[in-house]
Parts: sequence; structure tokens; C-alpha cells
Amino acid sequence: MKSGGAISIWFFVGISLAVNGALICATGLYELVYPPQYRVVLYWLHANVWWGALLLVAGLVYCFHFAPSKVARRNAQSS
Amino acid sequence: MNLATVLLAGPRLVHLSLVDWIIIVFYFVLVLAIGLYLKERSNTGEDFFLAGREMTAWIAGLSFLSANLGALELMGWAAATYQYGILATHWYWIGAIPAMLFLGLVMMPFYYISKTHSVPGYLQLRFGESSRGLAAISFAFMTVLMSGINMYSMALVMKVILGWDIHFSIWVSSITVAVYVTLGGLRSAIFNEVLQFILIWAGALLVPIMGLIDAGGWGGLKERVAQNASPAYMHLWGTLGSFSANPMGIHWTGIVFGLGAIISFGYWTTDFLVVQRVLSAHNLRAAKMAPIIGAAFKMFVPFIVILPGLLGLAVLPFKLTGEAAAVATGGQSYNEVLPLMLARYCGPGLLGLGITALIAGFMSGMAGNVSAFSTVWTYDIYRAFIKKDASDRQYVLMGRWCTVLGVLISIGTAYLVMQFLSIMDYVQALFSFFIAPLFGTVLLGMLWKRASPAGGFWGLLAGTLSSIGMWAWVKVDPTALRYVALSPDARDMAENMYRALWSCLVCVLVTVVVSYATKPKPEAELAGLVYGATEIPSEDDVPYYQRPWFWAVIVAAVFVVLNIIFW
Repeated sequence: MKSGGAISIWFFVGISLAVNGALICATGLYELVYPPQYRVVLYWLHANVWWGALLLVAGLVYCFHFAPSKVARRNAQSS
Repeated sequence: MNLATVLLAGPRLVHLSLVDWIIIVFYFVLVLAIGLYLKERSNTGEDFFLAGREMTAWIAGLSFLSANLGALELMGWAAATYQYGILATHWYWIGAIPAMLFLGLVMMPFYYISKTHSVPGYLQLRFGESSRGLAAISFAFMTVLMSGINMYSMALVMKVILGWDIHFSIWVSSITVAVYVTLGGLRSAIFNEVLQFILIWAGALLVPIMGLIDAGGWGGLKERVAQNASPAYMHLWGTLGSFSANPMGIHWTGIVFGLGAIISFGYWTTDFLVVQRVLSAHNLRAAKMAPIIGAAFKMFVPFIVILPGLLGLAVLPFKLTGEAAAVATGGQSYNEVLPLMLARYCGPGLLGLGITALIAGFMSGMAGNVSAFSTVWTYDIYRAFIKKDASDRQYVLMGRWCTVLGVLISIGTAYLVMQFLSIMDYVQALFSFFIAPLFGTVLLGMLWKRASPAGGFWGLLAGTLSSIGMWAWVKVDPTALRYVALSPDARDMAENMYRALWSCLVCVLVTVVVSYATKPKPEAELAGLVYGATEIPSEDDVPYYQRPWFWAVIVAAVFVVLNIIFW
């Protein structure tokens, strides 16, 4: 991938999504156990649990697919 | 006064939890880390100013869109939607999609084949130094003003949502942008713009999803908007038959000819801030595909910007007002609709991500302005008029210093912008001063061999001056609106649309007249610059599904269908 360096931009994107997703999902799970005193509108949907999980999975997929070692191997095969 | 006191100097909309702060700090650490990582790959002029011309169509396309997805897009258009209704969507659809497709299919080959490093650089090749100088100086002026607007908007968000001191916010955000763009140049700006694009969607998409559930679906939203505002707020075209029938006070001719044909084409095809991203593509086909990819995503940005504005009208239990009224009454202004919606639905963690999305949007816009300013200053002003024989290394050094200088000037501009009440109208006025005439000049330059260097320069100058003249005329004598905008009922945005149209027509007229009266360039010198004198590589050997035309037709079809659905 010609995106400017040994580490692909998509790997950085993956890290960002995975870390944010993990933090948000963990917070949502914590709130399930210890419900907060002040709740947002539609709290009962627990958006932070499923949205965080979604981001975490997407981030892990990107991290895995665009891991520097994998990208280097693909580049070596194509050249 | 300690740091905590400075940060929490005023009243705030929301209280961030520890996890929100971790997400925000992590974002700042990541963008700085990217800048640091790319520092070693930004040593030559080609690397620093054009990212080595090695970006894929996807990266160039997302960066092309993200550079525009700044403060005005997120906060400003959500606010404009609350004020004017779904009409604001025109700035995303007819005000962007046709122009982006036109850039990819028609104009990109000339920009790319000419190997220019900037839009003023193209004007130098086509019309000579005087046109380049005029375009470069006006662009540099406009871009730092835009950057200042971005900064001010960001600081305003920080103040409203987090209670941060406005001056502290301006300095923190601008120093961060200065560091990562100075270190890694355009490549760093592009990397961060792609990251910011993803974060914007990740952080902002939840608001319309939750909002639609809250409002009872699309039907419930329409019903509530009709109750709280007017049914006219939900029509894209149906109310544009007369100036007084819609909240914006605009006629469909202003939207189609002013916005759709002039302002959007001017912005998306000649504003170097966005064109620079596409010039970084690794080949011509990628350069043609990048704006088409950008257009495809652009069509769906209203989902995270326009829809929250409409939902604000539908579900917020209080009325938002203009900035002046909000300050006077202690209430909340239109500009706060997006943060208010975030605070309504997003709990700990999600709120941090939403705030990060806003910060990311602001920073991508600011970085875009600063990196474009740095390139135009270094190549089109410093190298062209001040020091022609410096080494490549010296120009890169100048580019790095210019990034810092651009940020400092932007900070000064941000303080100036605080004096203006309506941010959006101010920016529209700026567009019509410089961008609309520039579009006329570049378009004639690319499509008409007879356009002469003198014609290009005088047309551009006349168009710019006529635009400033019309603006000043209405300021001095408000009744002049009936002539400039064709109706005394027209409002600021409508005036800007028509002023852009007239200034572009003045530019084209003067260019044509002067060109016929002066000597054109020999055809041999027009190779690579003008239609009919440039050999554009054939795409016959490429499968149809990889051709830019194929995807442009699909995007255009979706664009038409969306306009019909929301008529």
C-alpha cells in the first residue's frame, strides 16, 4: 500500500477505533452493573455497550489486516 | 490561577468523566505520534508539500473530503439547519456533488498532467506570473481567515461544552496542529485527516440514530418539525419557488446558478485546500477517482450534520436563538445545537468520543488550511517573487516556518472573527470574493485555447473587485440588495449566492473581451494545460468497474434520487 510509510494509515485508524471502542464498551458494561445517578435520554438502550463493541471489533479487524508485518509481506509479494 | 481553574473558567453544558478525558487525551497523543513518525519522510519539497505524490485514491479521496469537514461543516451547518431547515442540505448535494465529479472527470487531468504543485502554480503555467501572484495572495489571505474561523469555532465548542477558557482552547489546538504539520508536512496532514474522518463518523453517527429513535422515526421527526417550526423546514426544493416561501429567503435560481454552478464549482475545483489533497495521488486514475470517492461520502455527511440540526428542532425542550440573543438572555444559540444533541444522548465514553469527533473536525480543517497556506506561500510567493534560487532543503525549511507563521496569523484572525456574529454568512462572503472569479479563470484556462495571459489576469482581477464592490455597495446601502440579489426579500446567504454568480460572469466576460484584444499563447506552450492541446491517457485497457466514469455515473444517479426523495 502506497500510503507513506512502513506503518499504514489504516493501522493507526485500527488502533484508534479499538482503544476507543474498548474504553466505551467497558464503561457501558460498568454502567450496567452500577447504573449512574444521572442518565442520558434513551439510557435504557445502553448505546455505549453495543456502539463500543462495534468500534472495538472494527478496530481489531483493521489492526489485524493492516499490521505492519502483514503489509510488509504483501508489499514484498507484489514487488 | 492553576490549570484546572483556567480550563473550567465558565459555565459548561456537560461534565466529562475520566473515561471521556482519556479518549480526548489519547486522540491528541495519537495525532502527535503520527506527526513524529512521519517526520523522517518529509525531507524533500515533493514529500513535504505533496506527500511524495504516492497516495492511493481512497486516502486522497477521504483526505479531500476531511479537509473540508472542519468547524463549519459540523457546528455551522447543524446550526444553519436549525435556523433554515433541510435547505442547508443543498450545500452538501447540489453545492458539492456535481462540482466534485466535474473536478475528477474534467479538470483533474490538467492539474495532474501539468505536474503543478498548486492552483496558483497552474495559473502561472497557463496565464503567467501576474495571475499566479494575484491568485496566490488572495488564496493566502482567504486561507488564514478560514483557519481563524475554524479556531474560533473550536474554542467556542470547548467553552460551551466543557467550560474551557476560549483563549486556552485556541492555543492548545493550534499548537497541536502546528506541531504535526510542521513535522510531517502534507503527508502528516493527510494521515491525520483520514484518521479524523473515521473518528468523526464514529463519534457523530450515534446522534442521528438515537435522535430518530427519540423522535419516533422519520415520520415523527417531520411531524414535530412542522409543529415546532414549519412544514417548509422539511422541503429541499418545494419551497424555492419564491423568496418569501422558505426560511432562507432564497429562490431556486440562486441555489442552482449561484451555489450549484458557481460557488460549489469554485470551491471544490479551485480551492487549493482541497485540490492539494488530490494532487498527492500516485497516478492520474487515482487522482480522478479521489474526488469521486469524496463525492460518494459527501452525499451521506448530512446524516451526521443536517439530521442532528433537524432533530434539535424536533426534540429539544427549549428554543435556540441567534448568538446575540443568546448572549443577551443567557440562553443557548443555534451554534450549540450539535453539542446539545451530543449531551442529550451520549453518556460517559460516548461523550468523549463525540467531543473528540468535533475536535478532530476542527483540527482537520485547520491543518488543511495551514498546509495549503504553507505550500502557496513557499512556492507561489516566496520562490516566485522573493528568492528564486534557493535549494530544495531551504524551501522545505521555509515551508516548516510558514506552517508556524500560518498558525500564528490564524490565531490573530480567530480573535478578529470573535467580533462577527454570523460566522457562516461571513465565510460565504469570502468565498464569493475570491473563489467564484477564480473558477471562471481556471475553467476558461483549461477549456479555451484562445484565453490569453492578459485576459486571464484582468478577468480574475475584475471578478474579484466586482465581488468586493457589490458587497460594499449592499453594506453602505442595504436597498441595493434588490439589484444584487434580485429581490429586497433576499437574505444574506441569497445575496452571497448571487454575488458569486455576478462576479464569475464579470470575470468570464472580461477574460473573453481582453483575450480577443490581446495575443494568445502559442499552441505548443499549451500542451498539458488546455483541452484540445493535451493528450489524456486512454483508459481502454482498464475494466469498466475501475473507470472513474463508471463510478461518477453511479454517484450522480444516487444524487438525483436523493434530491427527488427529499423534494
